[in-house]
Amino acid sequence: MNKLYDVLVIGGGNAALCAAMTAREAGCSVLMLESAPREFRGGNSRHTRNLRYCHDQGNAFLTGPYEEEEFWNDLLLVTKGQTNQALARHVIRESRNLGGWMEAHGGRFQPAMRGTLHLARTNAFFLGGGKALMNAYYATAGRLGVEVLYEATCQDLELDQGVFTAARFDHLGESRTVQARVVVLASGGYEANLDWLKESWGPAAENFIVRGCPYDRGRMLRVMLDHGARPVGDPTQGHAVAIDARAPKFDGGIVTRLDCVPFGIVVNRDGRRFHDEGEDFWPKRYAIWGRLVAGQPDQIAYCLIDAKSIDLFMPSVFPPITAGSIGEMAERLGLDPNALEQTVAGFNAAVRPGRFHPGELDECATAGLDPPKSHWARPLNTPPFYGYPLRPGITFTYLGLTVTARAQVVMADGQPAPNIFAAGEIMAGNILGQGYMAGFGMTIGTVYGRIAGREAARHALEQSERS
Amino acid sequence: MRSNNLNEAERVLTICNACRYCEGFCAVFPAMELRRAFTAGDLNYLANLCHNCRGCYYACQYAPPHEFQVNVPQTLARLRLETYRECCRPRLFRSLLNGSAVPVGLVTALATALVLFAARFGGGPGALFETHLGAGAFYRLIPYWAMVLPFTAAAALAILVLGRGLTVFWSATGGNPAEFRDLRAHLHAAWDVLRLRYLEGGGDGCNYPDERFSMSRRYFHHAVFHGFLLCLASTSLAFVYDHLLGRAAPYPVLSWPVALGTLGGLALLIGTGGMIYLKTKMDRAPAAEESFGMDLAFVLLLFAVSLTGLLLLLLRSTPTMGTLLVLHLGCVAGFFLTLPYGKFLHSVYRYAALARNAGEQFRQRAGSAENDPSA
Repeated sequence: MNKLYDVLVIGGGNAALCAAMTAREAGCSVLMLESAPREFRGGNSRHTRNLRYCHDQGNAFLTGPYEEEEFWNDLLLVTKGQTNQALARHVIRESRNLGGWMEAHGGRFQPAMRGTLHLARTNAFFLGGGKALMNAYYATAGRLGVEVLYEATCQDLELDQGVFTAARFDHLGESRTVQARVVVLASGGYEANLDWLKESWGPAAENFIVRGCPYDRGRMLRVMLDHGARPVGDPTQGHAVAIDARAPKFDGGIVTRLDCVPFGIVVNRDGRRFHDEGEDFWPKRYAIWGRLVAGQPDQIAYCLIDAKSIDLFMPSVFPPITAGSIGEMAERLGLDPNALEQTVAGFNAAVRPGRFHPGELDECATAGLDPPKSHWARPLNTPPFYGYPLRPGITFTYLGLTVTARAQVVMADGQPAPNIFAAGEIMAGNILGQGYMAGFGMTIGTVYGRIAGREAARHALEQSERS
Repeated sequence: MRSNNLNEAERVLTICNACRYCEGFCAVFPAMELRRAFTAGDLNYLANLCHNCRGCYYACQYAPPHEFQVNVPQTLARLRLETYRECCRPRLFRSLLNGSAVPVGLVTALATALVLFAARFGGGPGALFETHLGAGAFYRLIPYWAMVLPFTAAAALAILVLGRGLTVFWSATGGNPAEFRDLRAHLHAAWDVLRLRYLEGGGDGCNYPDERFSMSRRYFHHAVFHGFLLCLASTSLAFVYDHLLGRAAPYPVLSWPVALGTLGGLALLIGTGGMIYLKTKMDRAPAAEESFGMDLAFVLLLFAVSLTGLLLLLLRSTPTMGTLLVLHLGCVAGFFLTLPYGKFLHSVYRYAALARNAGEQFRQRAGSAENDPSA
């Protein structure tokens, strides 16, 4: 390509779009390279459904205020301190009243969905979900004059003494090069790159299911690390939940989740329990179960419930495996019937009577059982029995590029690269070093996308004035 | 055994029920969420609750080419055609609802031929191409009884068959007679219909004819709906003038029947014209190809009714009056005769589904308020 763009955005999800729209509105020529085909554009943002942001009062879709200190404390709780306070507070502050900006760019909201009322005050839900938001952003970006190439996969970045000059990308079977004054890297993490995951998770990663798109292969992250960018975040950390093992390898998204764990028991391939299923409310615990299942032989587990509990959780996409007895269930699941019967008998015997209440941390617990079940423990004795196979479903990775408050990528010597910016999951590890908080990935992507777009535009326009 | 359409609707809605991202678009998804499993009646009910706004298709992360192949508007449109067949009375006429334009076309052509026959023999040789002026001009071509009796009969028959279809639909989708007597639900549903609430999508309109949000279809549909009501009012009034007050048609331009009819006819013409235009432009991916002919035939026929009606008004003092009258009456006859065996059914079943939904949501809210200790 002969044209010299002001801003090249690599990626096609939320952060990329926010950066592209912002830079374009500042007067820059912008090219976006999205590796997915048009039908699958939007990265993992297409699977999201809400965004958390600071606001001092409720509105048509948020039930009340959510201020900086509360936001910060929530973040501290989930990350257990694994965060950069300056950057995290920066994101939280910059998220103030983000909803208005999103609406001005085509986003539409709805009140919190049934079953997600605990988020009704803090998180704004996208009407139609993340793909609808991405569609709206693409329409707005197109109207603004952002150029978008689909199925354009960036392979390498050319740097001249730490300064970005050009990008090489594959487009419809052709290798092409594009020059730009500034590059914004918003191409996501590497959760779809199982080979890379194996480097830190070992062969177990082979059995991971990728909940998001197959396009997040971490090419730009790798390229920048090879160019000497300073990494951030723990490569062995990733956000993984336990999902239905029958889910497709990629892109299964929200419907493959299973919320039945607190109401039953979970056994491994050997028919044995391995963790307290009733530790806490599911929304507070679901994120540890991916790692727990990943730690079991063959990375498989099975959740068993009985007829008492089948209506207590959100319906899921695959029908449960049904059996009239525990022995029959073992056969259906390919487990040793004796081992499973023994586990269930031991569990049933350890259940202490109590008042069952799915909406509270109730008093139904086991006694003298290892591991215990602390709440919602009821004997599995009412056929039909239902079984769901579980696998680790990886949602995102934490390893990323260190950035400044202006979204500049920091190199190994601690100096920010002058014209390389990063936004979204590729830099989320600066703020989210551990754990997860619903709707916060979209906050980081939107806030940093806008910062990157603004700063990239500033830099590009300065450069073009000079030349 | 369930039909393929029912199986596909069940498969798709099971995925939707585990996702629920689209619940803000329309009434279908909140109604779906009240269920964990779907009976055939539930599926037919949900299919007819769908207004085909297509918001959920473009928003869907599982839409084709995703391997889950979720295409809610298409799946439900296919099932709707099946509902029309299942609830068709008499059952003998079921095959008329094959989704094509042929039944409507044939019946209308036949009806026009009959009217022509009546005019040829009623008015005498040459009368068809002569100028007729003044009160009773129409009856000089077609005798009074030949006009009144067949049309009253056709309209009465259509109302009877549609009413029967409504009761069949109500019980086939699991509704009971007590629920049908819920006046509040009917008022709610009537209001939904009058404002075409679910063609608003989430506020920006439908994704029709393409991915962009647009109110155009809602506005055109409003023109058709209200234009149709105005024409109905005009015809009823003319009936009263003619048969009770003894004032024979045609009426002066400044009379209620003509004023209402002209306004309604213009609205119908613009509305149907717009809807035909949008249909030719529409993205076929979320559409059900098999009912395209039937859908188009209905709008085209309404377009023809309004066009011939307006031309008749304009040219009634010229020798073309006879030809136009024959064409207009032929189209009107075709319209009434095929009313219960074509696209018009959507208004009856959509209304029934909306009423059922309103009642269901009222009861749900009352129930959850009782169960909620904080309320």
